[in-house]
Amino acid sequence: MNNKILKYTWQGLLFIFLSLVIIGAYLYAPLAKGLGEFTRVMYFHVPVAWVTVVAFFLGAFYSVLYLRKRNILFDYYAEAASQLGIIFCLLATVTGALWAKESWGAYWNWDPRQTSIFILLLIYGAYFSLRSAVEVEETKARLSAVYSILAFVTVPFFIFIIPRVYESLHPDPLINQEAKMKMDAKMLTVFLSSLGGFTIVFFWMMHLKKSLIRIKMNFQKLVNQEN
Amino acid sequence: MRNSLTIFRKDFKQELRSKAAINSILLFAVVTLTAVSFSIGNFSISDDILAAMLWIIILFSSMSGFSHVFLKEEEANTADTLKLIAGPTDILLGKFLFNLVLLAAVLIIVTPLYVGVFNFEVKNFPLFLVTVALGAFGLSAAGTIVAALIAKASSRGALFSVMAFPILLPVLILGISATRIAFKSESLDILVPEIQALFAYCVIVSTAAIMLFDFIWND
Repeated sequence: MNNKILKYTWQGLLFIFLSLVIIGAYLYAPLAKGLGEFTRVMYFHVPVAWVTVVAFFLGAFYSVLYLRKRNILFDYYAEAASQLGIIFCLLATVTGALWAKESWGAYWNWDPRQTSIFILLLIYGAYFSLRSAVEVEETKARLSAVYSILAFVTVPFFIFIIPRVYESLHPDPLINQEAKMKMDAKMLTVFLSSLGGFTIVFFWMMHLKKSLIRIKMNFQKLVNQEN
Repeated sequence: MRNSLTIFRKDFKQELRSKAAINSILLFAVVTLTAVSFSIGNFSISDDILAAMLWIIILFSSMSGFSHVFLKEEEANTADTLKLIAGPTDILLGKFLFNLVLLAAVLIIVTPLYVGVFNFEVKNFPLFLVTVALGAFGLSAAGTIVAALIAKASSRGALFSVMAFPILLPVLILGISATRIAFKSESLDILVPEIQALFAYCVIVSTAAIMLFDFIWND
């Protein structure tokens, strides 16, 4: 019983925290110079893009674990991470396009950052089409794990190297080259809270998915025993 | 290493007899080149677009040729025999070598043809040569490992371009950028940032391919 109350408490706290972040983004944080009203999308766009990268990393991590341990559970985890990743990736693409329309004048213009988020979408698309193409469970797990790692290895080129080679209009990612934040204290508070909040939400969703997978597997085991 | 050369020689001989891969990839490249050249006609186009067109031709012709290299072993049911003869790394290297030679043969014909058809001058020739060579290496390395994946997946071949595209895209982007510089700049500098990135891509992808191939190949 106590455990249950504790569980709902932190979820309630998270709800209040994220509500505060939303209110803070609109009322508390000042606007950035030169960006105007649409600074506010930053408090949602950047955390979502960040979570996309975390999900992608987690997917590759579980893929490595699968190849090492050959436990089908890790394959399901990798799939779950990718499923969440593609949702956040879509959100990042859409919020990014809206922001681009306001500040650059077009929804899409193949800026290196936009290209990299689009490539992530393509990779996720290829990953899921590979999964649906293979029927045997074990082969599916093996091949998609390999593809996930292979894609993970090439992604740094899109995220870090190509924007260096091409000039980008995109504001510096989280930390710019001089390792300094160009935000004032109020903006930084809201921004970092949002980043933390979204990360917690992601890991909570991941936790739910993992429990669901374990329940499904146990259920499958019981069914197999019955037969 | 000797085993991989044997596998390469076997594939090469097979190719000389059937000419299936070289026909498809070379004709694809020539057909696309013709299509591009014909649709542009007598309009003069900038070096930027010329570089982009060249790499699009290279990328898509390599994607049309690479998918067969493992698929043909699965179709002929010779994959198991191959497993008996050589270790996974040797097989991957042999197949990679075959793809590289195939692509190189096509590029040797198509690239001069391209320069001739569009009648322009490559200002920084060494850079152009290095770009195309590194690009071919990267395309073959990434293409071979994806081809191995596809051969094990049930739907035959159709998935190849979907899956290879995101992996091969850095080569396309960096290749276009480096070729642009080669077409325009007067200096004979080779070590532009694009070449460094392309080199890094080749190293990373071939290392990953060698490490991961084991998991694809052994059921």
